[in-house]
Amino acid sequence: MMQNKSTEIIVGMFVAVGIAALFMLAMKVSNLGDFTDEAGYQVTAEFENIGGLKVRAPVTMAGVRVGRVASINLDPMTYNAEVTINMYSQFDNIPYDTSASIYTAGLLGEQYIGLVAGAEEEFLQDGDVIDLTQPALVLEQVIGQFLYSKAEGDE
Amino acid sequence: MPLIKIRDLHFYRGNRAIFEGVNIDIERGKVTAIMGPSGTGKTTLLKLIGGQLRPDKGTIEVDGQNVHKLSRSDLYELRKRMGMLFQSGALLTDLTVYDNVAFPLREHTDLPESMIRDLVLMKLQAVGLRNARNLQPSELSGGMARRVALARAVALEPMMIMYDEPFTGQDPISMGTLVNLIHRMNDAMGLTSIVVSHDVAETAEIADYIYLLSGGKIIEHGSPVQLRRSGSQWVQQFMQGLPDGPVPFHYAGPEFKEDLLKPEEYA
Amino acid sequence: MIKLIRSLGRWGLGTFERLGRGHLFLMHILAGIPGLFLRFSLVIHQVYSVGVLSLLIILISGLFVGMVLGLQGYNTLVDFGAEESLGVLVSLSLVRELGPVVSALLFAGRAGSALTAEIGLMKSTEQLSGMEMMAVDPIRRVIAPRFMAGLISMPLLAAIFSAVGIIGAFLVGHGLLGVDDGAFWSQMQAKTDFYDDIMNGVIKSVVFGFVVTWIALFEGHDATPTSEGVGRATTRTVVHSAFAILGLDFVLTALMFGDE
Ligand SMILES: Nc1ncnc2c1ncn2[C@@H]1O[C@H](COP(=O)(O)OP(=O)(O)OP(=O)(O)O)[C@@H](O)[C@H]1O
Ligand SMILES: [Mg+2]
Repeated sequence: MMQNKSTEIIVGMFVAVGIAALFMLAMKVSNLGDFTDEAGYQVTAEFENIGGLKVRAPVTMAGVRVGRVASINLDPMTYNAEVTINMYSQFDNIPYDTSASIYTAGLLGEQYIGLVAGAEEEFLQDGDVIDLTQPALVLEQVIGQFLYSKAEGDE
Repeated sequence: MPLIKIRDLHFYRGNRAIFEGVNIDIERGKVTAIMGPSGTGKTTLLKLIGGQLRPDKGTIEVDGQNVHKLSRSDLYELRKRMGMLFQSGALLTDLTVYDNVAFPLREHTDLPESMIRDLVLMKLQAVGLRNARNLQPSELSGGMARRVALARAVALEPMMIMYDEPFTGQDPISMGTLVNLIHRMNDAMGLTSIVVSHDVAETAEIADYIYLLSGGKIIEHGSPVQLRRSGSQWVQQFMQGLPDGPVPFHYAGPEFKEDLLKPEEYA
Repeated sequence: MIKLIRSLGRWGLGTFERLGRGHLFLMHILAGIPGLFLRFSLVIHQVYSVGVLSLLIILISGLFVGMVLGLQGYNTLVDFGAEESLGVLVSLSLVRELGPVVSALLFAGRAGSALTAEIGLMKSTEQLSGMEMMAVDPIRRVIAPRFMAGLISMPLLAAIFSAVGIIGAFLVGHGLLGVDDGAFWSQMQAKTDFYDDIMNGVIKSVVFGFVVTWIALFEGHDATPTSEGVGRATTRTVVHSAFAILGLDFVLTALMFGDE
């Protein structure tokens, strides 16, 4: 019987260690830790071109993460990309006329949305739309423009 | 009405016939012995009765139920009332002697541990191994293992027990005790016993009725006294253990002489 | 020629027959699982021999695999000036692939082979038929608890493997090679998704645990009851499990990560 008890205790410890490992994977390794602040508000922004932006990409303001991309759709009327952003609830004083741009982290890094605060007294609220947007830089376009202007300058 | 009624039993292993038309009746409360040379299918017969093997033809009825027509759960119910002592003992090697004997009680009853303890010690006392209860099966000799298996087989107090070679590997003293034990259980609990054995003397001592099996058929049956008096050469040879006679000692096949004339067989 | 076709045919029939028996066997096990909740201590004891006893090999292998990943990953990434991404590289490789696959392979070798040998020996010493004659169904009493234990242990072992591996990579990357620890963890968190990566890894390990334990128990139960038969069955368990793990890994990966 004694042996029974100690087997059970060891098995209990084994299961606890396994669950702790899963927990570590969830909280320390993955982005699940961020989901704690899921109860924020949603705003949308329309971009001419989002380049390689992905769902769950970070949304930052002055380099601080203030939200993440929730979904990306194509607007059937304007043929623009309609991006829904989940804003964290503690950032509830973002001016109404804030602008959004798509940037790339580093040369080959992932793309994210950068917000630049406006001057309005009124704040963004759930369901609002960010009107001022700037599309992603597409490398081929940039190079094309560069070569074009170069050729023009040479003449 | 007999407890076990076997009618026209046929059983084949591949193309080899093990039984060809065997009829056996086993009376309630009696000790019935099944004897026969090694390899005739005595163990196979017990497995057929226990429903672990299926006959190719014929029927086996235990307590009025056709064993091979029962549903799975009915078969298991029936088996609770049948004890079987395996030739090898078949003890569970990850349990101690005590836990082995307690196993059927724990599986099939809700008795409290204290009562299980009493029952287990009683059964172990009967086979003389009460003080070996904390040993592992690997620490037992073959004969001891068989006695533990016997204690386990009677733990649920079944209506019948099938003993597969209970006497092999026993010294004269424990042999005497076992013979006694089987006898006593029969008398006291009204148990029906089927004993499979080659030990003519011991078996004749306890058996009320003997079936002699050879070549897939019942050669002779009767009480020990009747068999001793039998005029059949075959029966005489077997009962007296004579090396020469009609009972083949060899596995069936060509004569030795023929083999000797074929040196190329394994060349 | 005819001989060849005939033996091919026999082989094919034999394979189908085994497949069929294997599935019936599985059905029988599954039917026995509800009854286990009443006698959970049977399962607990098996988790000990299946899971706890495999822990050491999982811990050591996980640590070393992680350390090697750390070294190799660093050497590759540093050429692109991207050594901060070491955390991502390590976590994604471990959580998605190496954790479930390597720990399942180790599990098959450590626990699977032991299960086959144990069941095969119980069969060859008539313990299983002894139980049947005591009106105890060996599949419910002996096999189903072991199956359940395999199912419980495998995902835990895989999670431990991945976690230890990430720690090993961190020790090498941060301690030895000087990767910034903040960057290591934050990049990892940014790029490792809980549902897409971690949960998919867990699903993989559950599937592998199911299949490896099933194979191991079936091979033991189906073994020819001799020492040689049990030996062969044990070998078959390890080989078939390895094939099953790698094959299923491909299929699962295609299903889970295919549309990215
Ligand atoms: N699993 C099996 N597969 C094929 N043949 C078998 C199998 N088991 C037993 N046999 C054959 O069946 C015959 C009867 O075997 P069985 O074990 O019933 O003999 P037995 O009468 O109990 O012999 P013994 O007195 O030596 O125990 C043997 O000749 C054996 O060759
Ligand atoms: Mg026999």
